[in-house]
Amino acid sequence: MFRYYLKLGILSIRANPALSALMVAAIAVGIGACMTILTIQHMMGSNPIPEKSDQLRHVQLDSWSDANPYADGQYPPIQLTYTDARNLLSAAEAPRQIATFKSNRVIEPTDPDELPFSIDGRATSGDFFEMFNVPFQYGSGWSRSSDTGEELVAVISEPLNQRLYGGADSTGETLRMNGRNFRIVGVMDTWNPVVKFFDLNNNAHEPVEDVYFPFSTAVANEFNNSGNTNCWKPTDGDGREAFLNSECIWIQFWVEIPDSATEARYLNFLNAYAEQQKELGRFPRPIDNRLPDVEAWMDLNEVVDDDVGVLLGLAVLFLIVCLLNTIGLLLAKVMRRMKDISLRRALGASKSSIFLQYIVEAGLIGVAGGLLGIVTTWFGLLGIRNLFSRFDFVQRLTQMDWTMISVAIVLSIISALAAALYPTWRACQVTPASQLRIQ
Amino acid sequence: MEFGPITRALLRHKGGAFLIALQIAVTMAIMVNSIAIIQERSANMARPTGLDEANTIAIESLSFAADADQRATYINDLELLRNTPGVVNAIGTNSYPLRQGGWSMGLQTEPGEDMGGEGAAIYFGDQHMLETFDVALVDGRNFDLSEVVYNEPGQHSWEPYGIITEALAKRLFPDEDTVVGKTVYINQNEPVEIVGVIDQLQAPWSGWDDLEQVFLSPMMRAEGYVRYVIRVEPGMAEKLLPELEQAMAEADKTRLILRASTFAEVRANAYTGDSGMISILTFVVILLTAITGLGIVGLASFNVSRRTRQIGIRRALGATRPAIMRYFMLENFIISSAGVIVGGMLAIGLNILMVENFDLTPMAWWTVPLAMLVLWIVGQLAVAGPARRAAAITPAIATRSG
Repeated sequence: MFRYYLKLGILSIRANPALSALMVAAIAVGIGACMTILTIQHMMGSNPIPEKSDQLRHVQLDSWSDANPYADGQYPPIQLTYTDARNLLSAAEAPRQIATFKSNRVIEPTDPDELPFSIDGRATSGDFFEMFNVPFQYGSGWSRSSDTGEELVAVISEPLNQRLYGGADSTGETLRMNGRNFRIVGVMDTWNPVVKFFDLNNNAHEPVEDVYFPFSTAVANEFNNSGNTNCWKPTDGDGREAFLNSECIWIQFWVEIPDSATEARYLNFLNAYAEQQKELGRFPRPIDNRLPDVEAWMDLNEVVDDDVGVLLGLAVLFLIVCLLNTIGLLLAKVMRRMKDISLRRALGASKSSIFLQYIVEAGLIGVAGGLLGIVTTWFGLLGIRNLFSRFDFVQRLTQMDWTMISVAIVLSIISALAAALYPTWRACQVTPASQLRIQ
Repeated sequence: MEFGPITRALLRHKGGAFLIALQIAVTMAIMVNSIAIIQERSANMARPTGLDEANTIAIESLSFAADADQRATYINDLELLRNTPGVVNAIGTNSYPLRQGGWSMGLQTEPGEDMGGEGAAIYFGDQHMLETFDVALVDGRNFDLSEVVYNEPGQHSWEPYGIITEALAKRLFPDEDTVVGKTVYINQNEPVEIVGVIDQLQAPWSGWDDLEQVFLSPMMRAEGYVRYVIRVEPGMAEKLLPELEQAMAEADKTRLILRASTFAEVRANAYTGDSGMISILTFVVILLTAITGLGIVGLASFNVSRRTRQIGIRRALGATRPAIMRYFMLENFIISSAGVIVGGMLAIGLNILMVENFDLTPMAWWTVPLAMLVLWIVGQLAVAGPARRAAAITPAIATRSG
């Protein structure tokens, strides 16, 4: 029977090609709109390091002013002062910890004919690479002794290695940055976390930096901070030393916390540290130390743009309009065939066979709309890419992965059923022979 | 008029009419809110920066070499720029409007830690800032040459003179007629005398609440980066941009030219998000109106073919063609009216939700009647075709059976 209904459905769809096309197109466009925005939202907020995101914790210490609390007192500052970063690093109470900040560099190629160029750089501690599962092509990160020794060592990204050394093993080579010679100890493999979770201060979705060097080295050599600096108290005096001792926050600090016992121990340590700082006349606010994990950190820093939320709301309504449109048209079709239905019922067809006949026809429209919806999503993402071609990071946010393709399929099935159920139910309500007496 | 019979007929077949009315209502909710957002973003983009945008260039320089003499680079660059034919004036500063990155400080009228203050964007530069930024003094005077200093990197103290925007003056001293000669405190307790007030100049961050609050400080600073803002004679920007970039790069090898762009590019970069949003929403509104319009055409066609025999009977009983046409037009008008009335309420509800959750400006009142009018017209246009076909049905149909 099913194959017979399938045939009937196809015949009925073919009888009104323009209307059937409109119904399929409406569902496809509605699903395309929803899936385009859902994909962007999914990519913007997706966990960049799911295998250990709950073990990676950003340290938040309330070092701010009592008169004007940070974020109106809702949460402690989102960066650390140099004083606190240095103290927490040297205490080394967590299994791994890093202090880091963005510091853009100028590379001077060894070939004097080539012009110097500026790249994004990052000062960080040696634990960075193992903590964040950074893949390596050649060599590795630097050791903790390089941190303490303020050594001139560097790790470079795969694209920079391609540009400078044509992709060859460059470990041991000399890299001249801002007038100083660094030794390359490692070359990263391709590393593209969609969210640059370890530093969300500027653009959360920009690519990771191209060169990495020890935090201690950067501080000793007075490397500038290319990220954000926030101060609540005037700096005492002029010069670098005064800035380092100031209450300005500009450093991101991460610890690795493998289990809850370590977490409790580390929080105790932080609280004791804050008490000690209070005795030294710092930390005027009540103690409020926190250890958010990667996902909580992304939430706090609002990595998903507000505009995406607005568009998602509108896209869902858009899909509803498209479904209402299809329901209305399918219903009109059923109404026109009341006579057929009542005749079939009078001749002995059960409600369930009428239901099957019409759900097959409506289902066909829904499935076709859903499949076409995946194509419209692809075009939707292409459109967004073109619209935001100025922003490289948007290119990475507009990629469909298998999760989103599965979501698209599920959404199409739900939409198809939602569109088909009411008209089919109305068809089943037709009583036998009721429509026959007029003639 | 045939309102009565049409309404009664509609009520007998509620399902279809209800669906189309609901579709129109939701369409209207989306339309009104999209227009509200488009309006908000366009208004943002239309705000003047204060600059002579068509004739302004921005060039960013970064000193990197170990032997770089930043002060010499800064002085020589300005001399080169100001002496280039076609250049009206130039400054070396830390930032400029729409750059989206910069420095802000709190300014307060009393010294001390707990006094609270007004946020102000800081632009550093010499006495050429007013002409280069194309701003006019409304009170007081420009910086005197003797007040301008070269500031070594890492120096944290402030020069005791400042020029502020009128908007900032009103916020700092709401009750005063003139603020020239008054003292404000920067960095909690460093006094600064206000020597002049300028009409209007934007801070570097287009999304900042205090966009019009700017403080000019008479300091020439080069902390590695210097951003040169160059005002040129009308029509010269495109031509001078590559020439100036090359001349600067060749004049001094201890630094890099990182970015050189006309102000039109600076503006396009700053507002990519807003203009993208406007494009997406415009597309959504057009597509949605088309789908709803086509849906109305489809439904009306179904209704016409379902009612062929009744229409024939009406014609045979003496109804004119315009009367048949009017029937369908009026029917659509009644459905649309129900739709836009519910739609108006949905639109307002959705707008309230969006304003609460996404920090949007509430919509202007006229967007609701505008969307109503558009949807009424779309409905009438959509139904006109099927209605004309209905009117063309001959009275002879009535004599056929089935």
